[in-house]
Amino acid sequence: MKEAVLIAGVGKRFGEVQVLQEVTLSVGEGELFGFIGADGAGKTTLFRILATLLLPDEGRSEVLGLDVVRSYRDIRKRIGYMPGKFSLYPDLSVEENLRFFASVFGTTVEKNYELIRDIYSQLEPFKTRRAGKLSGGMKQKLALSCALVHRPEVLFLDEPTTGVDAVSRKEFWQMLGRLREQGMTILVSTPYMDEAVLCDRIAFMQEGRMLALDTPTGITTLFRKPLFAIRARETWRLLCALRASSHAASVYAFGSALHYTDNRPAVRADELLVALQADGFTEVSVSVIQPGIEDTFIALMEEKQGSDHV
Amino acid sequence: MSEPVIHTDKLTKRFGDFVAVDALSLTISSGEIFGFLGANGAGKTTAIRMLTGLLAPTSGKATVAGFDLYTGAEGVKRNIGYMSQRFSLYDDLTVRENIRFFAGIYGLTDQAIKEKSRQLLETLKLVAVADTRLASLPLGWKQKLAFSVAILHEPKIVFLDEPTGGVDPVTRRRFWDMIYEASGRGLTIFVTTHYMDEAEYCNRLCIMVDGKVAVLDRPEAMKRHFGVESMNEVFIQLARPHRTE
Repeated sequence: MKEAVLIAGVGKRFGEVQVLQEVTLSVGEGELFGFIGADGAGKTTLFRILATLLLPDEGRSEVLGLDVVRSYRDIRKRIGYMPGKFSLYPDLSVEENLRFFASVFGTTVEKNYELIRDIYSQLEPFKTRRAGKLSGGMKQKLALSCALVHRPEVLFLDEPTTGVDAVSRKEFWQMLGRLREQGMTILVSTPYMDEAVLCDRIAFMQEGRMLALDTPTGITTLFRKPLFAIRARETWRLLCALRASSHAASVYAFGSALHYTDNRPAVRADELLVALQADGFTEVSVSVIQPGIEDTFIALMEEKQGSDHV
Repeated sequence: MSEPVIHTDKLTKRFGDFVAVDALSLTISSGEIFGFLGANGAGKTTAIRMLTGLLAPTSGKATVAGFDLYTGAEGVKRNIGYMSQRFSLYDDLTVRENIRFFAGIYGLTDQAIKEKSRQLLETLKLVAVADTRLASLPLGWKQKLAFSVAILHEPKIVFLDEPTGGVDPVTRRRFWDMIYEASGRGLTIFVTTHYMDEAEYCNRLCIMVDGKVAVLDRPEAMKRHFGVESMNEVFIQLARPHRTE
């Protein structure tokens, strides 16, 4: 596979703070690649370096075989970038924004309409509305249309779904899937772990470093302990009790269940069940489960940081 | 049964022809963790702005923390706490300055501010960084401080508007520990979130669709009713936005 993006030993610091440290990876042409991490993980800084808006302090990056520092002009024509912060013109209408971005890139909306039709058609009933007056979900669709209007070869989407509700998030990822089918390379960042499974490959980012890089299924093999899902009638009391237990290696709430690992090597689900029932818990269920992306992310975070979290 | 901390009866807000919140009726009791969910544009923000005394309702009745929304909006504001991801603390102020600033806003006396600051710094184990600017602290510490500052004046209820957006999965869970502890002490929690796993942690949930309450129940009951395994599935079935922009 040809590389669309190459990142080799990239580092960046702002004053005292090292915001990116030795990030190395490459993204193949046509790949949908996800950067998963919280605020402060360095995702935005990395995207700004790749979009030629920020100079790296260390390392080398290429987009479409072009160096991000030397060939920034050529790169800019061939990529689309949707920043995390809404950056369209609030005083221009939906249609004016789109036409403006098309003209900046020396093209027209009509010429590339096919590419954006899927997304833009949902906005067309409101095309005379000022962009500043759109709802969150609509703003996001307009921003994506504007980032696509010049038919870029690589698309950078920085947290496109932050603050967006679960339904709109699902629709947005369906749109990304269709763009990917058309062969576009897409780099997307998100704090939502559930979106990671929709990517071809993902990189876990935490405090400027890459914790892991693999396919969504591959990454979960980094979780090496047996994982149990435990439920009982009083979830909060269960959480406190398990945390206080000397056998507990980790206890985290996951929706209506707790995900638990034990520091005894061969403990069985039925043993845990009996112990909890003896402690007075009712409606207890314990089952062995496959770790998910979020379980793995947490485990790697803990491994990295030890106990320095408050 | 304790007195409700929030009681609304057909609370409504119109903007011109547009009904942003349509006959919202809620009763929330002391110590309850109440989740308020909905798609973007479903009316959540407008409802919260009314319940926090920032926006006058068009019609309907409501009392919050013992004050009437029409005649006692100032009383409401003094007796609630509020925290959101977007607006919480000032990064350019130190930990101590942030505490002093917000305590002052809520009208605590100088003596009380001094005492509260000392207590808070000790409980949160922030004494060593009391004079450090907030910007350089880890996110988890900031979140803890933001929550504690929002309830410094001992309100009956705290509104948390997407408090965990963009936060890492461990910090997000630690934040919920604080919510549970505070609710155990009798504080009422009114929380919005886009994380559907967090919806499961609430005692009761209300899902808004097009300005109306689509469903209000315990999470287990909702899942049973819709015959699904997770709140995410409930939300997706229910919250598809029909409203024209």
